[in-house]
Amino acid sequence: MAINAPTNRLWWKEPIHSIELGWIIIAFLWGLFMFFFMIAWHFIGDQNLSTETYRITTDQFQEKVEAFADEYAVKDANGEAVEINGTPLVAPPVGGDVYILGRLWEWWPAIELKKGQSYRFHISSVDWQHGFSLQPVNINLSVHPGLEHVLTLTPTKAGEYGIVCNEFCGIGHHTMSGVIRVVE
Amino acid sequence: MTAIEIGHIGTSGAQYQYRTCKFTGRRVERSAELLIRANAVAAVVFLAVGGLFGLLVALTRWPAVQLLPADWFYLVLTGHGANVLLFWIIFFEIALLYFASAVILGSRIATPKFAWLGFLLMIVGAVMANYAVLKGDSTVMFTSYPPMLAEHWFYLSLILFAVGALIGVIVFFATLVVAKAENTYNGSVPLVTFGAITAAIIAVFTLASGAIILVPTWLWSLGLISGIDTLMYKIVWWGMGHSSQQINVAAHISIWYAIAAMTVGAKPLSEKVSRFAFLMYILFLQLASAHHLLAEPGLSSAWKIVNTSYMMYLAVMASMIHGLTVPGAVEAAQRRNGYTRGWFEWLTKAPWGNPAFSGMFMSLVMFGFIGGITGVILGTEQLNVLMHNTIYVPGHFHGTVVAGTTLAFMAMTYIVVPLIFQRDIILPGLAKWQPYIFGLGAGGISLFMMGAGTLGVPRRHWDIAMTDAANAYEFSPAAYLMMGLNGISAIFAATGGLLFVLLIVGSVLFGRRLDVPGAKLNFPLHDDSKVVSQYGSEATFKLPGTVTLVTIFFLTFILYYFVNWKYLSEIWQFN
Amino acid sequence: MGKTDNDAQDNSDEPLAPADTPAMQRILDNPFLLLFIGVTMPTVLYLLWGVMEVASIPVAY
Repeated sequence: MAINAPTNRLWWKEPIHSIELGWIIIAFLWGLFMFFFMIAWHFIGDQNLSTETYRITTDQFQEKVEAFADEYAVKDANGEAVEINGTPLVAPPVGGDVYILGRLWEWWPAIELKKGQSYRFHISSVDWQHGFSLQPVNINLSVHPGLEHVLTLTPTKAGEYGIVCNEFCGIGHHTMSGVIRVVE
Repeated sequence: MTAIEIGHIGTSGAQYQYRTCKFTGRRVERSAELLIRANAVAAVVFLAVGGLFGLLVALTRWPAVQLLPADWFYLVLTGHGANVLLFWIIFFEIALLYFASAVILGSRIATPKFAWLGFLLMIVGAVMANYAVLKGDSTVMFTSYPPMLAEHWFYLSLILFAVGALIGVIVFFATLVVAKAENTYNGSVPLVTFGAITAAIIAVFTLASGAIILVPTWLWSLGLISGIDTLMYKIVWWGMGHSSQQINVAAHISIWYAIAAMTVGAKPLSEKVSRFAFLMYILFLQLASAHHLLAEPGLSSAWKIVNTSYMMYLAVMASMIHGLTVPGAVEAAQRRNGYTRGWFEWLTKAPWGNPAFSGMFMSLVMFGFIGGITGVILGTEQLNVLMHNTIYVPGHFHGTVVAGTTLAFMAMTYIVVPLIFQRDIILPGLAKWQPYIFGLGAGGISLFMMGAGTLGVPRRHWDIAMTDAANAYEFSPAAYLMMGLNGISAIFAATGGLLFVLLIVGSVLFGRRLDVPGAKLNFPLHDDSKVVSQYGSEATFKLPGTVTLVTIFFLTFILYYFVNWKYLSEIWQFN
Repeated sequence: MGKTDNDAQDNSDEPLAPADTPAMQRILDNPFLLLFIGVTMPTVLYLLWGVMEVASIPVAY
């Protein structure tokens, strides 16, 4: 029994039963497949998380985001900046850089993208850790203060998308929100 | 080995107080017994506290109820994590380590005074942590990611607890040395002890990682150092946070083997295969700490892939092996016990009325199907992005730690109370149902949280309606439904948990004494005299039922794996 | 049966001579060797490699 010492003291020399051996081989091969499939997806897939990251101070990052928001702010017919529920809307050029910062408790600014175009996103936090959770797409990233994460995003469908925070960031965590609008 | 050493057993027998267990025939040493009792009692107390916190969390996350205000919710959630993920589990594991070394090997425990010191430190740490959390200055979640700062007591309490637990692990290893030196067993240690060695090895890495990161964080909270690198913290912290759950895996699989042996007389199909599987755990299981870091910036894909796959899924292979050999051993034993009709008579005629067996088998099935499969999906580099930090993650680990580990530990407690406390389980009619109620709740919690997670619901979030948010995202009605069903499941689990605590406390205090002549158990152990210790020729045993079960498991695994890849391939492109 | 079977069965109470035990069994019977490799593997592959990755993150351009 499993609670007694092995009755055959030379248990390593016992033959393995064919059922066990077969299952070990199946499990091993399935493991190998799953391992190499992760690697293969880097070549055949379109969804691989970028690892491009830089160290940056929170002040530096905030300056960059503000400069970005000023440069590409969307203006209405009167030249007034367009806001979505108080968050300025920014429309970066196709293929250009997009800066988003997380802070207590919002994702700033709101972004307008074109469907099917790629953008270089720069995401960081200026206070605590946050979780960038794009809904309903369900892309979820960790965001650190002091680390600027750079990744290319290509929206595939038009619509209004929400950004939720899914890393606990204090009492107002559940109010932390942001917007990405994708137009045709 | 020599005549002198055999004589030594005599002297140690005089120095140490042993009794012989009349149900198992094992020598049980007094101080080992007391240490197991103390740790098991502490475990159940913290399970009760942590379980209550868990119920409050689930009822708050049930949108129609939303029981607690936000500040209390986060406070209670922090306490829930610490009490059940650390205190309940590790107290029980220390009890288990003492059981698997001293009791199973029939040895005395090494350095009992040192072991009591460890116990004391763990108690002080656990109580202090609860104090720090309830005071309200340490609502930082169980993970306490910087730069969010808890009160310094919080970190100190975890350090004290970890040091105490490390002492327990050292005593376990020392007891192995004592047992070997005093020749209390012959040849290799039993498989259950080997599994406990696996758990203890993982525990050493776990507790060391905890010390490496919590000591500087504590100094930071005292203002002695200026800051903690957030990503560095996460790497080392998860060396503790995830590995501590790997201790559970090794521990509860040992328990599966132990309960199978004690309730139906199961013998491992092959010592070699089962021990080889444990070796794969020792080597690779701890690498899976990377599961929590797949959505982080700044870590290369090579590091992520090697670690998240436990080195080419060799530890997953090990789990799949145990998933065959445990039910396989039960099937082989039951066929020897005479239940040979059809493919499944061995299973239908199993002792389902014995909470130790039913708890063990449900733990096995739910750990495999719910916890295991989803763990691999979550741990796939690209697929992780679909679920990272959504409530899918707690869904997964309630499948492993609650439906898997906690249910197995509860099942084991139904054996520990009669054997170590020498008190019989009270109200057997009720005890019979306890694992089912708890298991149903735990399974429901896991599945419904995972369902909500695939709909994007974040974990650790007070209000998915996002009231007062500037740009509130509207989650689908299905997400609300899932969170409601999660709340209902939590009520089931809490009922089962409360029943467990009452039954165990009641049995320990008021159960019929078993140290009198002629006492019988309400839930009898398997009669060893009826067991055939050998299955005869290795080539002859047939396991059609087990083969069917693992085939269903494997097909489910493959299907769910590819469903997730299909979903991933359809979302926004990112690279 | 016969020769190999005799090799594979040993149920006696006599102490086992180390020379008779297969090497792999001797490794699995040595908890301290297992402890060493079980701590070294994750320390090197997970912790040290991971910390090196963090340390090598470049500063912003």
